[in-house]
Amino acid sequence: MATAIDSQRERRIRRPRWIKEPFNSEARAGYLFILPWVIGFLVFTLGAMIYSLVISFTNYDLSTDTASPVGFSNYELLFKDPKVMTSLGNTLYYAILSVPLEICFALLLAYLLHRIPDRGAGIFRIIYYLPKMTPSVAAASIFLLLLNGNSGAINGFLGIFGIDGPQWLIDPNWMKPSIIIIGLWSVSGTMLILLAALKNVPQDLYEAAALDGAGAIRQFFSVTLPMISNALFFCTIVLTIAALQVFDQAFLLFYRDTQSGSPDAALFVGVYLFQQAFQQFNMGFAAAIAWLLFVIILLITIFQVRFGNKFVYYEGGR
Amino acid sequence: MASVINSQPQAAVESDPRAKSAAAPNQRFPWYKPRSIIGRAILWFLLLGFSALFLYPFVWLLAATFKPRQDVFDNRLIPETWVFSNYVEVWDQLPLLAWISNSLIIALLAAGLVTFSSSLVAFGFAYFRFPFRNLLFGLVLGTMMLPGAVTMIPTYLIWKELGFLGTTVPLWGANLFGSAFYIFLQRQFFLGLPRDIFEAARIDGCSYFGLFWRIAMPLSIPSFIIVFIFEFQASWNNLQAPLIYLNFGGPEEFTVPLGISYAMSLFSPTSGGQADYQYVMTAALLVTLPMLILFAFGQRYFIEGLAGQGRKG
Repeated sequence: MATAIDSQRERRIRRPRWIKEPFNSEARAGYLFILPWVIGFLVFTLGAMIYSLVISFTNYDLSTDTASPVGFSNYELLFKDPKVMTSLGNTLYYAILSVPLEICFALLLAYLLHRIPDRGAGIFRIIYYLPKMTPSVAAASIFLLLLNGNSGAINGFLGIFGIDGPQWLIDPNWMKPSIIIIGLWSVSGTMLILLAALKNVPQDLYEAAALDGAGAIRQFFSVTLPMISNALFFCTIVLTIAALQVFDQAFLLFYRDTQSGSPDAALFVGVYLFQQAFQQFNMGFAAAIAWLLFVIILLITIFQVRFGNKFVYYEGGR
Repeated sequence: MASVINSQPQAAVESDPRAKSAAAPNQRFPWYKPRSIIGRAILWFLLLGFSALFLYPFVWLLAATFKPRQDVFDNRLIPETWVFSNYVEVWDQLPLLAWISNSLIIALLAAGLVTFSSSLVAFGFAYFRFPFRNLLFGLVLGTMMLPGAVTMIPTYLIWKELGFLGTTVPLWGANLFGSAFYIFLQRQFFLGLPRDIFEAARIDGCSYFGLFWRIAMPLSIPSFIIVFIFEFQASWNNLQAPLIYLNFGGPEEFTVPLGISYAMSLFSPTSGGQADYQYVMTAALLVTLPMLILFAFGQRYFIEGLAGQGRKG
């Protein structure tokens, strides 16, 4: 007993071996283990980013693999090409609308699942998670028909209430909401993260709040929300980064065919970037768009972290 | 005498309601469930209503696969005229078998490689002590937040330079080097293993790789499964990478998502198709099924993996 404590204390006081001899066998083996990641990082992250920066100052010709330097003209083009600003506006619009909606919807679902016994919740959890397992192409092809303005099921459903549904996939005003609807349908990943957070809220906090006379609504806002604010914060950041890069659904529904002639209302930065790089083969300009997107994502994330830290409750302080 | 004095505060503690809940912390079903009939009715109404909302597209899809071409848009959940030929004809209309086998090979390679490489790296970060370890691990976490759009173009050019365009290598090659999120996940798991067992094995003459291969790996099968099925799903569903790397070959080389996207265009009336959407629907159902089966078997792991994500925040 005593020796166990002694050896534990000794271990804690003893300085790490690598300070005395930095590159002993353990350290060498450690580097060997992380070597795959180091190579990947140097080539596909750091190398790729530097490469991307270089390309953005050139006109890259894919057929001959030559890059001719053009200075800042790709970056100037960002402001001259009206489609860049259009796509940027569309992307921000989509992110601002879809992220809060997805968080609220996921929270509602998680809250409902949290309020029934685990055995029943299991079945609903499976049902709610099924859309997340559906490949995005399958979801897009289903919703392509469901959202059809003339004979789609969604407008048929609205018709029951006497609402004349819009031309979801043709009317520029309804193109972005169509994509948001598909996003809401497959919101269950966020739901599961929030459900896990809800289950971690200690029961006695609710009991204490109830003893102090707090009703269900007051308990939700004064106990539940602060206790899961950490998970909400995490989901907001991850969903925002994903929303700013949205590609699959917009591409599948509207820009699959190069000559489809869909309006630019759902042209997101991710889609335009793809078109410029892999349909027009303007690699240099596309790299400049990618950097613009990167800077915007970085700024928004930094803002969210700064702003969010004021509202996130950390157990035991920070 | 002393015992009498002691028994007094103990009784007080027992009558305290908070102490009672501490005695039974495993009571999963909370006492604050809605008690009134109305509250319960609203709860169950919402639960069932949302279930209908989530299930409707699947039921609609299933029904559409049994409909003749002109009935696909009639929105009946039970077809008026049952047609079973879609399931036979779709294999002739589209190279579905080739797509599924392409996707399967790529997904198995991608998931297998990333599971192994990420675990190896994660073990390096979890067990070994070496200079700059924390700094390097910080870099791993940093790359997790890096948007994929930035590296998409240079990655394409790198694969082009290496001469792998037109092969499936770009779709799984980068997985040889681990992936930040999985490294993080696996490291958490390895850190939960007691260090003593590794040191005991070292004393018994186990090599460093043996620590990973013979001790850490068998002990963390669940987290291996989590990583494997997450990456398998991600690879099976991935649309953008096949669009970039496989789009220039023939339809036989497509993966499932690229193939369905191609079928959507092929049959769409705007590009001269016959609006044979019953085939697209049947194909969509057939490629969703493997994912639903995967979920049926691995449900526990999906839920564990996602719950773990929230905790890292």
